[in-house]
Amino acid sequence: MKSAVFEYALAGSLDEAVELLAQHGPEAKVLAGGQSLVPMMAMRLARPSWLVNVNEIAALKGCAPGTGEASGCWVTGAGLRQVDAERHAGLAAGVPLIAQGLRWVGHVQTKNRGTVGGSLVHADPSAELPLVARVLDAGLVLRRRAGSRVVAAAQFFDAPFVTAVEPDECLAEIRWPVWTGGRIGSAFEEVSIRHGDYAIVAACAQVALDEQGRCLRAVLGVGGASGTPIAVEPVASALAGTRLDESDIEAAAAAVGGHLDPTGDVHASVEYRLHLARVLCARVLRAARDRALRA
Amino acid sequence: MNEPTRRITVTVNGTEHEREVPVRLSLVDFLRETLRLTGTHVGCEHGICGACSVLLDGDPVRSCLMFAVQADGHAVTTVEGLCAAEGRMSVLQDSFCEAHGLQCGYCTPGMLVASHALLDKNPSPTAQQVREAISGNLCRCTGYQQIVDAVLLAASRRSGAAN
Repeated sequence: MKSAVFEYALAGSLDEAVELLAQHGPEAKVLAGGQSLVPMMAMRLARPSWLVNVNEIAALKGCAPGTGEASGCWVTGAGLRQVDAERHAGLAAGVPLIAQGLRWVGHVQTKNRGTVGGSLVHADPSAELPLVARVLDAGLVLRRRAGSRVVAAAQFFDAPFVTAVEPDECLAEIRWPVWTGGRIGSAFEEVSIRHGDYAIVAACAQVALDEQGRCLRAVLGVGGASGTPIAVEPVASALAGTRLDESDIEAAAAAVGGHLDPTGDVHASVEYRLHLARVLCARVLRAARDRALRA
Repeated sequence: MNEPTRRITVTVNGTEHEREVPVRLSLVDFLRETLRLTGTHVGCEHGICGACSVLLDGDPVRSCLMFAVQADGHAVTTVEGLCAAEGRMSVLQDSFCEAHGLQCGYCTPGMLVASHALLDKNPSPTAQQVREAISGNLCRCTGYQQIVDAVLLAASRRSGAAN
C-alpha cells in the first residue's frame, strides 16, 4: 500500500500551480487535502506522474462575502479546509447548507485536511459538498494559465468522478449563492452504514417562505442515487406557491424517483435507494420548512 | 523513473529534523522508519482505521494520507510527544490504563492522539462528544465503551487538578 513513484512540485502560488499544470497537464494531479487522492494512489488506482501540492497557497483558503461579479455569493477558496468551512460563522449564516452537509462528512482527522474544492473536483456521486453545490447551483471558478472561467455546478458534474475541469485547470474558488428575501430554511439528511461514511443516499433542500408561510422558492437534490448529484428542479419549482403542507411534501417526494437513476450494489438495491430518496426528500423539505418558519 | 527526493525540515515533538526523503514516502513511514518513532502505528494505510493519527500543527490528521514532503516546515506531535515528562504517562494515558481503554494496543496511539486533541479544545466533553472525536478511529477489542470511560476519566482528573 505505497504510492507509485511520482515527481513532485510545491506550488507557491496559484499562478505557479497552473503553470505546472500547463506543462504536465494530463500527467499531473493537484494535491489538495489528499483525503481521496492519496488512498487512491496507495491502492494504485491513481498513478499520476506529477503531483502539484497546492496546500501552501494562502490565497486558496479565503472565505468571505463576494464582491464584483461574485456579489450576492459567499466565496470560499478551493483550498479552504472542510473544518474551517464548517466552523465559519459568517458562512453558516449566509449559506447554512454547507455546514449542514459537512456535518455528515468524514471524521475530524479527515476534515482537518480535506478541502472544499477537493471534494467538488473529486466528484464522488454520493459526496455531500457536490450535492450542496449542485442544489444551490454554485459557480466554480477554474483557473488556467490563459485566464479563468466560471462553470455553473449544473454543468460541472459530468459523470462519477468526472467533471468539467480540464487537465491544465485548477479550481480556484467557489461562489455559493446567498438567498435573500423571505424566511429561509435548509436541511441536509443522509443514510450511511456508519456516520462519516459515504452516503448510501443523501438529500438536501432549501426553501424561502413569505410572511404567510407560502413557499416563494424551493430547491431539492439527491446524492448517491445517480452518477452525479441531482437537483430535482421540476419537483422543487412545483412547490412554489404551496404552503409546504404534508400533502405537498409527500407529492414532491413521490415525484423525485422519476428523476433518479440509481444502481444497486452490495449495500443497497435500486429499490432501497429510491425508497431512501423519497423518505429523505420528505424529511429535508419538512425540516427546511420548519427552520424557515422559525427564522 | 528514478526515485525523486526532497530535503525537508519537520519539527517532531519539539525537535527539528532535517532529512532527504523520497517524495512518495508517507508521513507515517517517515516517522516510524526514518525517525524511528514507532509509537505511531500504521494500520490500513488508506485512511480508514485512524491508528496513524498524529497532530499536525496541533490538529489531528491521518499520517498515512500525507506525504512526508507535505509536512515540510510544519510541526508534528506523535504519541511519544504526549507524555508528561520522560518516562511518565500523561493523565490521559494513565486514564486509559485505569479504565481498561485498551487491550491489544494497536489502535491506542491513534485513540490517545484523537482524544488528546479533543480535551485540548474541549476540557469537559460529553460522552457523545468523545464518541464523535474518536469516530475516525477503529478499535476491534474494547467495544469503545472503556475508551469513552477513559477519556471522561481523564477530563474529570484534569479539571480536578486545575481546581
